[in-house]
Amino acid sequence: MSDSSASPVPLPSALAEIADDFTSANNDLKLQLLLEFSDGLPPMPERYAGDLSRLERVDECQSPLFLTVEVGEGASLDARVVNLFFDAPPEAPTTRGFAGILHEGLDGLSAAEVLAVPDDAPMRFGLAAAVSPLRLRGMVAMLSRIKRQVRAKTAV
Amino acid sequence: MSETDPKIEAYAHPNRLVTTDWLAEQIEAGHVGGPDGIALLESDEDVLLYSTGHIPGALKVDWHVDLNDPVSRDYVDGAGFAAVLGARGISRDTTVVIYGDKSNWWAAYALWVFSLFGHEDVRLLDGGRAKWIADGRELTRDVPTPTPVDYPVVERDDAPIRAFKDDVLAHLGSPLVDVRSPGEFSGELLHMPDYPQEGAMRGGHIPGAASVPWARAANDDGTFRSRAELEAIYLTEQGLSPDDDVVAYCRIGERSSHTWFVLTHLLGFEKVRNYDGSWTEWGNAVRVPIEK
Repeated sequence: MSDSSASPVPLPSALAEIADDFTSANNDLKLQLLLEFSDGLPPMPERYAGDLSRLERVDECQSPLFLTVEVGEGASLDARVVNLFFDAPPEAPTTRGFAGILHEGLDGLSAAEVLAVPDDAPMRFGLAAAVSPLRLRGMVAMLSRIKRQVRAKTAV
Repeated sequence: MSETDPKIEAYAHPNRLVTTDWLAEQIEAGHVGGPDGIALLESDEDVLLYSTGHIPGALKVDWHVDLNDPVSRDYVDGAGFAAVLGARGISRDTTVVIYGDKSNWWAAYALWVFSLFGHEDVRLLDGGRAKWIADGRELTRDVPTPTPVDYPVVERDDAPIRAFKDDVLAHLGSPLVDVRSPGEFSGELLHMPDYPQEGAMRGGHIPGAASVPWARAANDDGTFRSRAELEAIYLTEQGLSPDDDVVAYCRIGERSSHTWFVLTHLLGFEKVRNYDGSWTEWGNAVRVPIEK
């Protein structure tokens, strides 16, 4: 594992809890958990359905995944609430599972909290051995695009 | 335990392919699983797809996690392969049927790796996972618990069916089949359409390669085209002959496993090698010749 002489940036609490569940599980159980997140990924709301052009495509995922971010009104980044929406087909459960983790871990947080999520967060689930490091790239790409959208949508 | 389907009987090695009908009969008759039964394996691009539902009695084999060496860009060694098969209750003489997603790319890839170890009886399910589902057949989330056995440690024999970069350099001028999409062949794309950029520094193809995208060998439902249709493509149109020395490649060797299977087992070519380094090696290698 990486040299962590400096203490790592902490994950937001919901995401940290999910990371704990994953890291304490063996590989079989990790896949089982990932499947639960895949099964539980909320469908894209009506207002986006059928209009993929309004969504951002995550090309780094093995299978097509679309995502979009909504940022609520507020006086500061701490007050503006972030909501995440994903669309991926049932034939792509790994991609859906990654999306499900990010949804449960980040949806409803403030813009400030989302922007503070460390970029290496996807590496903190112990998933590399269970799904392979190559496949994990998809989750890294989702997180970076989420943060970029939040940044763009909160820019003044 | 063999197929009697006329389309399959016409292939050069009809014992390498089974239909969904045949598989369903074997499952119905209780011939799948158990110490003396057929081992049914699902090999997918998506590591979790098996868990969402699979053919009853199937076990999972994953290309990344089970068949690749975790450190070096290579396949597992004899001991690693023995561990993967032994844990699934597979013996050296077990009949193995493999199927998967994406028109059986990863299933063909797994079959090819099994062949590197000389596992005698390994077959593909024609049409793979998609055909089984399109037939309206059952999927289950029940995972069988096979009794582990000792699979012998067999040394991998790469030379007959695997080409390395140096082999390809020595092969220039002889038949090469590039099975990627036309955009990848021309060098316009560095990766598959709709797929992640997987890092090749240069675009194009290996000099002298013929562009025959893998999908031309498949019907819309993912099954293989008939022998006559395949002969029209590879023999008549491409001018290949079953005694030619052929190397097939793609991006990482999975789509070319599909074509390797077609040429070797469906058309009976005697010397076809899969260059698994493929474009992710060639397109990054220093001073190898490239054609655009």
